[in-house]
Amino acid sequence: MEQVLRDIFDNHFFIYTIMAIIPLLWVLPYALFAVWLERKVSAHMQDRLGPMRVGGWHGWAQTLADILKLIQKEDIVPKAADQKLHFLAPFVVFIGSYAAFATIPFSSAYIGSNINIGLFYIIAVSSIVVVGILMAGWSSNNKWSLFGAMRAAAQIVSYEIPTALALLVVIMMTGTLNLQEINQIQTGWFWNWLLFQKFPFVFIAFIIYFVASLAETNRTPFDIPEAESELVAGYHTEYSGMKFALFFLAEYANMFAVSAIGATLFLGGWNSPFGNFLSGPVWGVFWFLSKGMFFVFVQMWLRWTLPRLRVDQLMYVSWKVLTPWAFACIVGVGLWMMI
Amino acid sequence: MIDTESIPLKTSTGRTLRSEEMVINMGPQHPSTHGVLRLELVVDGEIIVDVVPHIGYLHRCFEKHAEAMTNYQQVIPYCDRMDYIASMNMDWAYALACEKLLSIKIPERVEYIRVIMGELQRIASHLIAIGTYGLDVGAFTPFLFCFRDRERILDLFEITCGARLLYNYIWVGGVSHDLPSGFIDKAKAFCKYFRPTVKELNDLLSYNEIFIKRTANIGILPADVAIAYGCSGPMLRGSGVNFDLRRDDPYSIYDRFTWEVQIGKGLMGTVGDCWDRYMVRVWEMEQSLNIIEQALEQIPEGDVMSAIPKRIRPNPGEVYVRSESPRGEIGFYIISDGSASPYRVKARSPAFVNLSVCPEICKGYMIADIVAIIGSVDIVLGEVDR
Repeated sequence: MEQVLRDIFDNHFFIYTIMAIIPLLWVLPYALFAVWLERKVSAHMQDRLGPMRVGGWHGWAQTLADILKLIQKEDIVPKAADQKLHFLAPFVVFIGSYAAFATIPFSSAYIGSNINIGLFYIIAVSSIVVVGILMAGWSSNNKWSLFGAMRAAAQIVSYEIPTALALLVVIMMTGTLNLQEINQIQTGWFWNWLLFQKFPFVFIAFIIYFVASLAETNRTPFDIPEAESELVAGYHTEYSGMKFALFFLAEYANMFAVSAIGATLFLGGWNSPFGNFLSGPVWGVFWFLSKGMFFVFVQMWLRWTLPRLRVDQLMYVSWKVLTPWAFACIVGVGLWMMI
Repeated sequence: MIDTESIPLKTSTGRTLRSEEMVINMGPQHPSTHGVLRLELVVDGEIIVDVVPHIGYLHRCFEKHAEAMTNYQQVIPYCDRMDYIASMNMDWAYALACEKLLSIKIPERVEYIRVIMGELQRIASHLIAIGTYGLDVGAFTPFLFCFRDRERILDLFEITCGARLLYNYIWVGGVSHDLPSGFIDKAKAFCKYFRPTVKELNDLLSYNEIFIKRTANIGILPADVAIAYGCSGPMLRGSGVNFDLRRDDPYSIYDRFTWEVQIGKGLMGTVGDCWDRYMVRVWEMEQSLNIIEQALEQIPEGDVMSAIPKRIRPNPGEVYVRSESPRGEIGFYIISDGSASPYRVKARSPAFVNLSVCPEICKGYMIADIVAIIGSVDIVLGEVDR
């Protein structure tokens, strides 16, 4: 894809801008769709209908209307807030979650930046979100926001460890950090996917990754940073209008990012499950997005089924359950590869 | 429970790190204070050091209003608004007190109607308690399942008296309308529908691993403390005290039905923890169904308005009558001076008494547990403040 662009334009800045914007073309409509989907999924799980009016068919335009409303809203900043941090925080959070899309391969023909430390980059750059959340919680000058921010920081930092360890299993097997290459290794029928290799170690690693990614995106049952019934709305209590919408957008972008990483590493990314059937760069986009969306759906499913853990229980799960098991997987895969 | 004193915070020089307690206001506008309760929390990080409940944000002078009425019957709509989640039981309690003051004999059919309505209301009230409790610990879906089932009970109330929340149905000496045609069948259909949904609720919430982790061994209320504070209802029974006014001080016709008082057994943790209090409500709903089914079978024909007095002028005197509302012992103490309106009405509201035990059981837990404990007390601020 980069080559095609190079043939058309000779301006590098132009090419990089286009390459950088392409994921945004997916993320924005996806976020609109996912918010609608979340409301529909929750509604049907709860014996309700959800939005039915706006736009006609099953209220498909409801989120559009919501966004329009949010744009028109007055941007309220608390008087005692730290103005600069309060302004910057939502952007930092969104940049953190959007930056992860740079090295996710959408298809065999498109990847934002085909660097050979792609996976490492993702792990590193997604931590920026924590900074934004801390900024938001601290600058709001609200005790509940501060609580939310402290919880979020503790939670996300803790859960990065099992996440990284689970990803290490993949790196051991593929010997590369480049996500495009990891995908190419998994080409062929679905049993070539890493998920089904070296059973059950990689399978367990995948479960660990998925659970930890739920915590990283602050989704139920790990949504304590924004636990509605405890902290009102956590770190974004004092945000309104478009800044609030940015937090929302970042959350949904993050949901897809972690799902996409899971799909790429364990489920073959843009590979068709049926060998050469329906494969190719364009079908690749389809397979990649549907795998990602499937996990987004699973996240919604869990959210509307499970209650929320408590802070200490959350830490327990991270340090005493997921981390040891992730180590066990690493050892298991390592031994397997030696033998 | 976490002992904050035992966690050493020492610097390398051996000096203790300075840590400060923080005061946080929880409420009156907070998603999980079930209305307008304000809790003043003193926290050490996430751990609660002290809790001071502040009430009175919903005070509407019920007792003074009752004195100002020109008629005993006119107090009943105000009783509705006391515990707006269980209006029938409030009306009933007030009517019982007035009837004792007047020494009226109530027709059989009215007694049965009142039992049916009271128990349906108990189920509706417990459904709200259970649903919002799920909401408090982060499970959204059971909340809507509970409200879906509560709607069916409200439909039954609506066809009976036209109202869905504040009924003004149980009057002194009778009820405002007879049961409409088809009510018995619809109520039976509801009982048949509702039993399996209790099981569904248990699968979804009660025996959910995370839910048990969040509620078992949290907010333990020992039986002696519960009795000392005067707790009643599911709060008391959750602590393992086998006491229910419907059985131990039977009013109306409760002695005619076979059912069992449910108590907390500490199945998932300690007797008297949040899970026990929650589960007692679930079991009580099933027992209420038993009572309703028996009452629907036995209900006789008759007139429901015949005993309603035209003029209520009780002889001077005083009376205290208590009954079992979904939240516990609701008592009305009425003094009559012989005029057409009560000289004094005092309501002993169960939620108020149950709430007073909170500072005792909240200390040492975390902020998230406070939400779980307050939820398990099942307060209705309209009744706490009156």
